[in-house]
Amino acid sequence: MAAEALVELENVHFSRGPHMVLAGVDMRISQGAIVSLMGASGGGKTTMLNLMAGTLAPQSGRIRVAGQDLQALDFEGVYRLRRRMGMLFQHSALFTDFSAFENVAFPLRRHFRLSESILRKLVLMKLEAVGLRGAAGLMPAELSGGMGRRVALARAVVMDPMLIFYDEPFTGLDPISVGIIATLIRRLNNALGATSILVSHDVQETFSIADYGYILAGGKIIAEGSPAALRASDSELARQFLGGQPDGPVPFHYPAKDDYATALTGSVAAGEVI
Amino acid sequence: MAFLDFVPNLGRRVLLTIPNLGAATRFLLRSLVAVLNRHFSIQQLLKQVYGFGVRSLLLMMIAAFFTGMVLGFQGYYALVRFGATSALGTLVALSLLRELGPVLTALLFAGRAGSALTAEISSMKATEQLSAMEMMAVNPFAWVVAPRLWAGIIVVPILCVIFDLVGIFGGYLISVPVLGVDGGTFWAQMQSNVTFSGDILTGLFKALCFGLVVTWIAAWQGYAAQPTAEGVGNATTRSVVTASLAVLGLDFILTALLFT
Ligand SMILES: Nc1ncnc2c1ncn2[C@@H]1O[C@H](COP(=O)(O)OP(=O)(O)OP(=O)(O)O)[C@@H](O)[C@H]1O
Ligand SMILES: [Mg+2]
Repeated sequence: MAAEALVELENVHFSRGPHMVLAGVDMRISQGAIVSLMGASGGGKTTMLNLMAGTLAPQSGRIRVAGQDLQALDFEGVYRLRRRMGMLFQHSALFTDFSAFENVAFPLRRHFRLSESILRKLVLMKLEAVGLRGAAGLMPAELSGGMGRRVALARAVVMDPMLIFYDEPFTGLDPISVGIIATLIRRLNNALGATSILVSHDVQETFSIADYGYILAGGKIIAEGSPAALRASDSELARQFLGGQPDGPVPFHYPAKDDYATALTGSVAAGEVI
Repeated sequence: MAFLDFVPNLGRRVLLTIPNLGAATRFLLRSLVAVLNRHFSIQQLLKQVYGFGVRSLLLMMIAAFFTGMVLGFQGYYALVRFGATSALGTLVALSLLRELGPVLTALLFAGRAGSALTAEISSMKATEQLSAMEMMAVNPFAWVVAPRLWAGIIVVPILCVIFDLVGIFGGYLISVPVLGVDGGTFWAQMQSNVTFSGDILTGLFKALCFGLVVTWIAAWQGYAAQPTAEGVGNATTRSVVTASLAVLGLDFILTALLFT
């Protein structure tokens, strides 16, 4: 990977109380790429996006975005950097008291003084790109889940960001919408010259648009590479994840203090059959 | 037995509240200074002032009207024994201006606008709207919290003035046309005994403090809520209960301090 790195993580550790979520993550995300991030549910993918956006701070390690060390930046500096980032949230996060149009217009109105006619053009252009120009006047409550996701996508890219985060953009959508969103992600990435980081469980769809992939398990990156390389990987962990086998090195269970039998019955003598 | 449990429980509750109090205070300061942020907008503030006002105005006027009428009856009952019904106007006005106006306005405001504010902020949190705002480099303190907090500080004294006026009118309706107190005496006595700085300003100062405290508690409960549907419900209940108790407690402190 010759291209310059836009996002770099170095030995990043993050824990929530006693629970270690990330235990030393290294990543190097090239400019212009679509990078997929996969891993078990609760594995820390959303956390990782938040770390890169500076909404969470790691306990140790370094995160650099566009050459700037997030830990060294002050509040204003992080906000300035965030104006060049966009995020599609897991649950859309549209402002419920604004129409679709006003949702997309929100970042523009807050950051620039634009004439109403230019603003209108910019917003409708983004809504057109996601196929929802006709829905500009609808309120979020009047949109279906998939339409809401697309409005949120238009809002995430309205400032023409250099870095776009997608947190599970495909979940809960029908196959047609999944295809539409995937194509949109690819198109937006190319049109804006942006870098995209895509968290998803949908291996097929993700690998069809991603240039590079990371697999996160047990708080560490266990495999990385191009989709073809990942598929061909002989790592048992990667194969388990991509193949979707429940049994394997990646545990399905969140670590529990006691075993299941004890939790169910209160206390069980060792070796007792229940 | 229950009493013995009560003491350590109370102690634990107080201890649990202390770190929260620190966080809540930091929240208040951040929200107050957020007026200086470039994302604070006067339009948002006016929109909230209007929203709070519209939401509470009719309720306040009805409550004030009944309160004033009851004051007329009860005051007459007390004063007629001493042959002092000429002081009824003064009694109604002082009760409202110094005490009932600010306190009842604040309690009604906590139940009506405060609970709605908590529900609004906590559901914005639960649906990640606050995080989305932060991702768009718009400070939620400046855009969401500060306009609401300042609106509360502005609106409660205004509502209190309206409460006082309507209440006095209600008191007049019972005293003069119904109970037959002389109208001229009612107003003249009131005018000569109510002082601007001692009675009117004290009452408005109380209202200002209550406005700050109720809106602060409502916004904080919303902001600190668990980001789930259940969390939104719990926060709303807690907001009204805490704000009401805080108003009554603070009223005692202010009354004692301002008592002359
Ligand atoms: N606000 C929070 N407070 C405490 N713990 C949290 C919080 N958010 C997440 N966690 C914990 O951090 C861990 C990682 O969560 P995260 O949301 O990053 O997972 P994820 O990989 O995005 O999962 P999913 O695929 O289900 O969205 C989880 O174990 C979760 O319990
Ligand atoms: Mg997640």
